[in-house]
Amino acid sequence: MVSPIKVQSKDLSVRYGSVEALKSISLDVYANEILSIIGPANSGKSTFLRCLNRFNDNQPNFSFKGLLTIDGQNIYADGNVEMLRKRVGMVFALPIVLPMTVFENVAYGLRRHGMKDKTQMESIVERSLKAAYLWDEVKDRLQEHAMKLSGGQQQRLCLARTLAVDPEIILYDEPCSGLDPISTAKIEEAMLRFKQNYTQILVTNNTKQAARVGDRTAFFLMGQLIEIGETKKLFTSPVDRRTDDYISGRFG
Amino acid sequence: MQKNFNGKLVKEWVIERCIYLSGIASIIFVGLIFIFLAKEGFSLFKTVSVSDFLLGQKWYPISTPAQFGILPLIVGSLYVTLGATIIAVPIGIASAVYIAEVAPVKTREILKSGIEVLAAIPSVVLGFIGMMTLVPWVKNTFHLPTGLTAFSGALMLAFMAMPTIVSIAEDALNAVPKRYKEAALALGATRWQAIWRVIFPAASSGILAAVMLGIGRVIGETMAVMMITGNAARIPNSLFEPVRTLTATVAAEMGETVRGSDHYFALFAIGIVLFIITFFINLIADLAVHRKLK
Repeated sequence: MVSPIKVQSKDLSVRYGSVEALKSISLDVYANEILSIIGPANSGKSTFLRCLNRFNDNQPNFSFKGLLTIDGQNIYADGNVEMLRKRVGMVFALPIVLPMTVFENVAYGLRRHGMKDKTQMESIVERSLKAAYLWDEVKDRLQEHAMKLSGGQQQRLCLARTLAVDPEIILYDEPCSGLDPISTAKIEEAMLRFKQNYTQILVTNNTKQAARVGDRTAFFLMGQLIEIGETKKLFTSPVDRRTDDYISGRFG
Repeated sequence: MQKNFNGKLVKEWVIERCIYLSGIASIIFVGLIFIFLAKEGFSLFKTVSVSDFLLGQKWYPISTPAQFGILPLIVGSLYVTLGATIIAVPIGIASAVYIAEVAPVKTREILKSGIEVLAAIPSVVLGFIGMMTLVPWVKNTFHLPTGLTAFSGALMLAFMAMPTIVSIAEDALNAVPKRYKEAALALGATRWQAIWRVIFPAASSGILAAVMLGIGRVIGETMAVMMITGNAARIPNSLFEPVRTLTATVAAEMGETVRGSDHYFALFAIGIVLFIITFFINLIADLAVHRKLK
């Protein structure tokens, strides 16, 4: 099966002042796949992710070279960052629920994008919560403050919130780093099912997680892309020695 | 060895007592002040009824028979305070939002120290500047017989309330985790939408406290209002007439009263009224701050 290219990075280099965070990254992400990005701390994984929804724009001294395209369009050519972030959702490492009710957390993005119809909003909220495997646990608690949910529930709420604005691409920045194994399993289950509708990029410190959910895996080290390939192949017979060292736990 | 140990215990005990005393000192002082105020102020109500005092429209403390109606003074304070609040709150909050969320780091530092300087200007200096610049400006701009009006006082007091409002509101905004903003932005909210719908509600209790403390500052202010509001103890028809506030009355007349006279007691009774007003303002501010913790 050959999927079309959804995201393309060509010679992408990023600097924060004098620090070079990414060095000439070229890779493609295919539509409807899950690409896992692994690598030790400071390897540029999160920086790469944050380029895709232009979250680095506000960083002081941020500068970049190269080309990033989604569906062939240069995402840095257009000034409409909000539209881009609607298409490219992001789930953070810590569950950041907004200080409002469960319902409002999911409806927040919809309201910001101008939805007024109450019935339509309710149905999207329900659908999003179901997709994030959270509906059964919160259907009677929609008007409660979101902070009252458990950590795992909060992270699934963040996922539901991201789904609600109907993105095409979902970025995960170590989404399970603070979660228990059961919550992690639920998130992973959701991710695998999302493959029908979304292109997903997962940055993770957990190589096992990358192996479990990633169709392909990329290994970043010190701002460079060392290796990218089919997850199975990368984990069983990596081409580069450094990849082998990392996944077998010899460093990082 | 044993002796050394006892010495340590004594030292601990002394330190604990000292800290305890300092801790309760402020409460004791507040209590004493209130008792003193009450003792002197309530003496008035032996000769003047409470409703005549609060609702009487004539403040003629040295005529015979003397009249001690403080309604004009309450209205004067209200006009000046409300006017100052209406001016200072929107500007103060907007400025806090700008400093906390929008301004580049360098601008932020400059603005913050600027606001601290504004807070440090003695009120008599502000009153003096107001008298020299603001009062003639108000007179000429609005074609009034005098520039010494409630409006001038409100404008001047707005300046004095601003630093309080800005710095406390800014602290409240800064206390909102930056991650909230990121989460909102990641959903495609604009910067303004993130500020207005996420950061602002999250900081609302702190901002309310800032507003209340700003109002408390305004209502207690004496020197500047005495200098620029005209000090006419009558009920004004509009903001553009001279008024006299509760505080200015006490400050202006205390020196001329006979100790133990009704006039003397009346000024203390005004003090009680002020005390009660500020107490409630602080109480509201306090409830606002702690509402979030519940």
